[in-house]
Amino acid sequence: MSDLEQFRQDTRAWLEKNCPESMRVPVRGFDDFYNGGRNPEIDHPDQKLWCDRMAERGWTVPHWPKAYGGGGLNSEEVKILSQEMARIGARRALDSFGISMLGPALLHFGSEEQKLEHLPKIARGEIRWCQGYSEPNAGSDLASLATKAEDKGDHYVINGQKIWTSYADKADWIFCLVRTDNSGSKHEGISFVLFDMDQPGVTVRPIKLISGNSPFCETFFDNAIADKKNLVGEAGNGWTIAKYLLTHEREMISGFGAAPKKSVGQVALETIGADATGRLANSVLRQNIAQYQLDTMVFGATMKRVGDEAKAGQGLGAASSIFKYYGTELNKRRNELNLAVCGEQALGWDGEEYNGGALSRDWLRSKGNSIEGGTSEVQLNIIAKRVLGLPDA
Amino acid sequence: MALVLNEEQVMLKESAAGFLAEKAGVAQLRALRDSGSERGFSDEVWREMVEMGWAGIAIPEAFGGLGYGYTGLGLVLEQAGRNLSASPLQSTVLVAASVIGELGSAQQKEQLLAAIAAGDKLVSLALQEGAHHAPLQSSLRAQAQGDDYVLNGEKLLVLDASAADTFVVIARTAGEPGDEQGLSAFLVDADATGLAIAPRSMVDSRSAGALVLDGVRVPAGNLLGEAGAAWDGLSRALDVASIGFAAELLGLSTEAFERTNAYLKERKQFGRVIGSFQGLQHRAAEMFAELELARSIVLQALHAIDDGEADLALQASAAKAKLCEVAQRVTSEAIQMHGGIGMTDEHEIGFFIKRARVVQHIFGDYNYHLDRFARLNGF
Ligand SMILES: Cc1cc2nc3c(=O)[nH]c(=O)nc-3n(C[C@H](O)[C@H](O)[C@H](O)COP(=O)(O)OP(=O)(O)OC[C@H]3O[C@@H](n4cnc5c(N)ncnc54)[C@H](O)[C@@H]3O)c2cc1C
Repeated sequence: MSDLEQFRQDTRAWLEKNCPESMRVPVRGFDDFYNGGRNPEIDHPDQKLWCDRMAERGWTVPHWPKAYGGGGLNSEEVKILSQEMARIGARRALDSFGISMLGPALLHFGSEEQKLEHLPKIARGEIRWCQGYSEPNAGSDLASLATKAEDKGDHYVINGQKIWTSYADKADWIFCLVRTDNSGSKHEGISFVLFDMDQPGVTVRPIKLISGNSPFCETFFDNAIADKKNLVGEAGNGWTIAKYLLTHEREMISGFGAAPKKSVGQVALETIGADATGRLANSVLRQNIAQYQLDTMVFGATMKRVGDEAKAGQGLGAASSIFKYYGTELNKRRNELNLAVCGEQALGWDGEEYNGGALSRDWLRSKGNSIEGGTSEVQLNIIAKRVLGLPDA
Repeated sequence: MALVLNEEQVMLKESAAGFLAEKAGVAQLRALRDSGSERGFSDEVWREMVEMGWAGIAIPEAFGGLGYGYTGLGLVLEQAGRNLSASPLQSTVLVAASVIGELGSAQQKEQLLAAIAAGDKLVSLALQEGAHHAPLQSSLRAQAQGDDYVLNGEKLLVLDASAADTFVVIARTAGEPGDEQGLSAFLVDADATGLAIAPRSMVDSRSAGALVLDGVRVPAGNLLGEAGAAWDGLSRALDVASIGFAAELLGLSTEAFERTNAYLKERKQFGRVIGSFQGLQHRAAEMFAELELARSIVLQALHAIDDGEADLALQASAAKAKLCEVAQRVTSEAIQMHGGIGMTDEHEIGFFIKRARVVQHIFGDYNYHLDRFARLNGF
């Protein structure tokens, strides 16, 4: 038996034994993943158990090096692990901004000390992170951010305001873009710092979303302190790190465009029925669903092609620039189709008969996909300028 | 199979691009059109293609081909799409050779495929009868008479009809329009008694024609496969053909888009290049995204042919539907973004939209294939 085959068998056996039954049912909506942290939100006691077991093997971040709490798996093994998890319907054990955003940036730009300090805590779900990028006057034009950090020798003193900070009220630490220098162009003088939110200089005020939940906040800094050892990279070089992190954020978000397990067409057959020829009874809806499923299949082929090209050493092709834009637009289309297909069932807001309003809340939440991490319009600007070489206005 | 091109394929693609741009580009198509060429392509250029092995590019080596598979042929067709190259690559190499490969006996394959690969024979499929692709609706009759069959009926949109030496005529030996059972494929030589070939002038300036079969008598040996049992093989060959035409549409759309993008950087209005207007930038960026998606599904579908994947029909309808959608959008936008100059016969961009619509139509357009895609997905 090949090593990979052996790995598959061992993984299968381990998962069978260690993944609790309760963690083999689909999450109930966007907010039902386990995110860890000092005071984790626990919807089910098995969430922490499942996370701890996976973290012990480094499998919450299977592709990270073992030294930083990862599993040290190669890409083939990572693929097998996710296939085997999918086979039994196992949920991701831990889902966090630390894993999807800060981790990759630290692995790339962090000092050895910073990696050893922060990465294992992310891997074990001990510290939950939030992203302090956007400000009231710096959204799409992120580089115009004004939150100020004053150099005080061994630390910075930070004053200013962030907004739309997802889960700032639940997070323990923040990775934050601050201005350490005002003299150059707006892209210069930005620094990337990490600090603990549990200090008197930090206040958060949750904002309620149209989906009824309050995942994001206004975040105020009033003489907040960041230790200098938690400056990532050099002072004034934060924009490069910020952009690198954004590519990972966009990659994560574009994953929402993946095809759902049960196709929308199948669900529609159940809710709407077929005509005498076996076609979905409503031909207008049928065309919309078919176009959506076609685009999902074609998007999947594109993710595969770009991945295969990268593996073959051909680099990350221009096609990767479309992922964030296309994946989020696809996810919005899917959510609109869910409404069309499920009708009244998708309009419920609360209660068991509506599964807690998961469909309507996910639908509303999906509208943010094409805003967060850089809007669709901004993605199109990037493609037009960087890929197509079209000039500025 | 990984969705990447190997070295051999990259070389093939590059040499095809160079050759076609020089010998069979839009200027040559225009010249063919203006000279009123009935064959619709240059025999000389076709000879050179044959010498490079393209006539047998997807034909197995055992039958005298190059054995590069359909991925190889797809790459050449993509370049033919970019250059709007007129040649029997589509009619003979893509379509007819696939039908023969699917339905022919070992002996027929040995003879016909070898002749095609050597460039000695041009063959074309005669399938469509009405205004739309509806293969099961075929009604042209073939009546058994002793050891012969007698064929009566009409066919439309037969590619390279004027140049073909032989036709594969889809006929009914039994059953009614709509039935899978009863469809047969016959080899009919162009000089058969009772066969009239009428060239038709099509919008893309390529050669196609109509056939009238009035008591055409062929021996039973001219059947490809068994009488009445052609559907499965024909349907697979049509899937292959649809994927090949999707590859042509990919090249055509990519070229139309690149020419348009270049124009956006060149044409000035209001004191700046029009490509600086965001209204155009976003439309261009969206087209770029669609073209990247199109490229992926074409490659995946070509691989599905070569790997003998079970879901070939799904891949074929996905590829053709998507490419029809993208080609329609890109070629229409190409005209719009060129403004008045795009409406002139003198400018080349108009040739792209014309060829696009014909290729979109051949063997099923967006509407046909999206409907089929939904059915294959069970709804
Ligand atoms: C659900 C959600 C979670 C978020 N989480 C976080 C977080 O954790 N941390 C964080 O820092 N931020 C977060 N954000 C903020 C997000 O990054 C910003 O909302 C986003 O960058 C857009 O900025 P804005 O809201 O100021 O919109 P604006 O920039 O004001 O945009 C308004 C509209 O104008 C358009 N527009 C702006 N500039 C251009 C242009 N040049 N060309 C064309 N159109 C343009 C936009 O596309 C948009 O349609 C989150 C946002 C959402 C919706």
